[in-house]
Amino acid sequence: MPAISSREWDRRDVLRAAGGIAALGALTACGSDTGRGGGGSGRPLKQMYHAYGEPGTQQAAQKFAKAYKDADVSVQWIPGEYEKKLFTALLSSDGPDVFEFHPQIHMAHERQIVPLDDILEGVKDDFNEADIASHTIDGKVYGVRMIDDPQFLYYRKSLLEKAGIEPPDTLDGLIEAAEKLTTDKVKGLYLGQTLQPVQNPLIWSTGAELLTPDNEIAYHTDEVVEALRKLRRLYAGKALLKGAPTEHWDPASFNQGLCAMQWCGMWAMPQILEAHGDDVGIMPWPSSGDPKGRPAVYNGGWSAFVSAKAKDVDAAKAFVKWLWIDQKEFQREWCLDYGFHIPPRRSVAAGAEELKSGLAAEGVELFNTAGIFDNPSWTQSMITTLTDVMANAVRDDADPERELDKADKKIRRDLDKIFG
Amino acid sequence: MATLPHRPARRGRSPVPARGGPVGPAGPAGPARPGTVRTAERGHALAFWLFTGPFLAGLLVFVYLPIGWSLWLSLFEARSTVTPTEFVGLENYLTMLSDGDFVRSLGTFTVFALFAVPLTFALSLGLALLVHRIRFMRAFFRSAFFLPTACSYVAASLVWKMSIFNGVRFGLANTVLGWLGVDSVAWLASPDPPWYWLVIVTVRLWLQSGFYMILFLAALQNIPRVLYEAAAIDGARPGWQTFRYITLPQLRTTSSAVILLLLIAAYQAFDEFYNLLDKATWGRPPLVYLYNLALGENQDYGLGSAGALLLALLICLVTLLQGRFLGFGRERDA
Repeated sequence: MPAISSREWDRRDVLRAAGGIAALGALTACGSDTGRGGGGSGRPLKQMYHAYGEPGTQQAAQKFAKAYKDADVSVQWIPGEYEKKLFTALLSSDGPDVFEFHPQIHMAHERQIVPLDDILEGVKDDFNEADIASHTIDGKVYGVRMIDDPQFLYYRKSLLEKAGIEPPDTLDGLIEAAEKLTTDKVKGLYLGQTLQPVQNPLIWSTGAELLTPDNEIAYHTDEVVEALRKLRRLYAGKALLKGAPTEHWDPASFNQGLCAMQWCGMWAMPQILEAHGDDVGIMPWPSSGDPKGRPAVYNGGWSAFVSAKAKDVDAAKAFVKWLWIDQKEFQREWCLDYGFHIPPRRSVAAGAEELKSGLAAEGVELFNTAGIFDNPSWTQSMITTLTDVMANAVRDDADPERELDKADKKIRRDLDKIFG
Repeated sequence: MATLPHRPARRGRSPVPARGGPVGPAGPAGPARPGTVRTAERGHALAFWLFTGPFLAGLLVFVYLPIGWSLWLSLFEARSTVTPTEFVGLENYLTMLSDGDFVRSLGTFTVFALFAVPLTFALSLGLALLVHRIRFMRAFFRSAFFLPTACSYVAASLVWKMSIFNGVRFGLANTVLGWLGVDSVAWLASPDPPWYWLVIVTVRLWLQSGFYMILFLAALQNIPRVLYEAAAIDGARPGWQTFRYITLPQLRTTSSAVILLLLIAAYQAFDEFYNLLDKATWGRPPLVYLYNLALGENQDYGLGSAGALLLALLICLVTLLQGRFLGFGRERDA
């Protein structure tokens, strides 16, 4: 090793300074890459999407943006934890002007989004009523529904037949089926790594709601506690697929034969049909079996919102109106050409031939008969609190009653902040 | 760094040469003209600010300003905003201190440090001893063990999660278990049994040991050979005895530096926990918990800042205590 000399220290300082300057340069470079393809005309607008799993969607989003002539729209395509990146981006003055998300009341209360009644004028009747209702906060409509995505259980008909079982209609039946379907190669059921996607259906299936109409806690009932206990039994056993390389929204585990049943969404149907052909059926999350119990399908989806911090709110609104209200052909393409999504607009849905027969028609039927929509009062922070309950009471072995008590405390604090 | 403590102070350390060249030739030869000195001093001042300016500015903007801002935010109800208006005093601090999950996350860190620090220390020292003794291809092994240090924590975590320790039967670890006739294990799915620690600790060992091995290697190369010769003459057996009474004491300064660095690294644990354990309530060190609270889905900057300051306070306290017990920094004069 060389001796330490004063000359060496000088050189190090120079290197360090150079490194520092390089680091500063890298920092200032952050955020300047908007992915704008050049061309276009007029004002810049930033539009943010979460990364859809279906091939071709990103190119389609860019195509739509490019086709808009009144502004230069750039598309930000966000892989991975979309909520976190969106929320952080919305704090800055350089956030997206237009973005997709789910209706949540705090965003309206904290004036992060603007009402869109004016651009929906005259077309509200063309939307699914529930899609307007779930976006209405304090009498104003805050988002334009882009797609409706029911989530349900896919199952392999042949495997159920071989095991001699019918699609189960109670939670006990589902657990039993999962156990019977499990072999040394195939697990019975996959519900995602975190169980987050089934937390609402589990509550709904007992007959309970997340919140009462006047926004009090409604999820904490004896039936929900019992359902959590049953789910824990399933989790602790060998019938559930755990630690799969893909999440619940990706049909890969089901398509590769790692599981006989999987909780997934309508979006994945084309890929699933391609993998298994006729050998696929769908069913709702089964009833808990309690007197008030009911089968449940989660009617998720994505909606377009305009940020209150948009540089030009009117220009952003005009773009949302153009894309998600006027351009019916683009809406049809977005709903049907990549994954399957139910068009929220009756006039577009009427022409959706792909959804009128076979498994897709059954999906639409479940959406209409058993589907439950988002409640805008149920915020992201409450979702996380309930996911903690799933983690502690189902993935870990904690007492569900105590975990729900803990969640009550946090959610009551949230409700107090929002509704006073 | 503390890897060169026993090198005789031939030069350096004294502030004079560090000031640069002109002192040497001009200084002792006779009084220089005042103008030249002033120009030289101005040049030095300019150089000083040129070198330190960007870092001071960076420190101010990226470290002190955010700390101040955090302090301010922690006294406000700050949901989804970093410019809050509703003053709540110490409420956020009280909420955090009564928050079982936050306190539990502090426990997680302690458990993690208990595992990770001694293991990394032992492994990197072991590697350093092996590489030091090896007669051939020493440079190759040195590089091979050091290489993982250059890998990103996120990339390594994903490799560990998706290919080595995934829960299905074709994951690497499960394939090996399959050969032995053992059922597949869902390594990261559940805290019972706590297999996730195996994943977390091994990824950290793989990533870090190489770096600390280099520190130990440098220190090993600085131990004078005469000590071993003298010990041999005095009848010390090679192997454990020599290691226990010559090598280990000679490594003392490096060892305490490594322990300090390892503890700091454990405090900073974030990447692998964040990437390996999705939406888990276990194995959640304080930084992950605070990130989720403030920057994640909850967007509660008030609570997050209060928690961050409590954590900072704790780290200061532990560092001071550690300095007292391990005597890090006093060694040099001994």
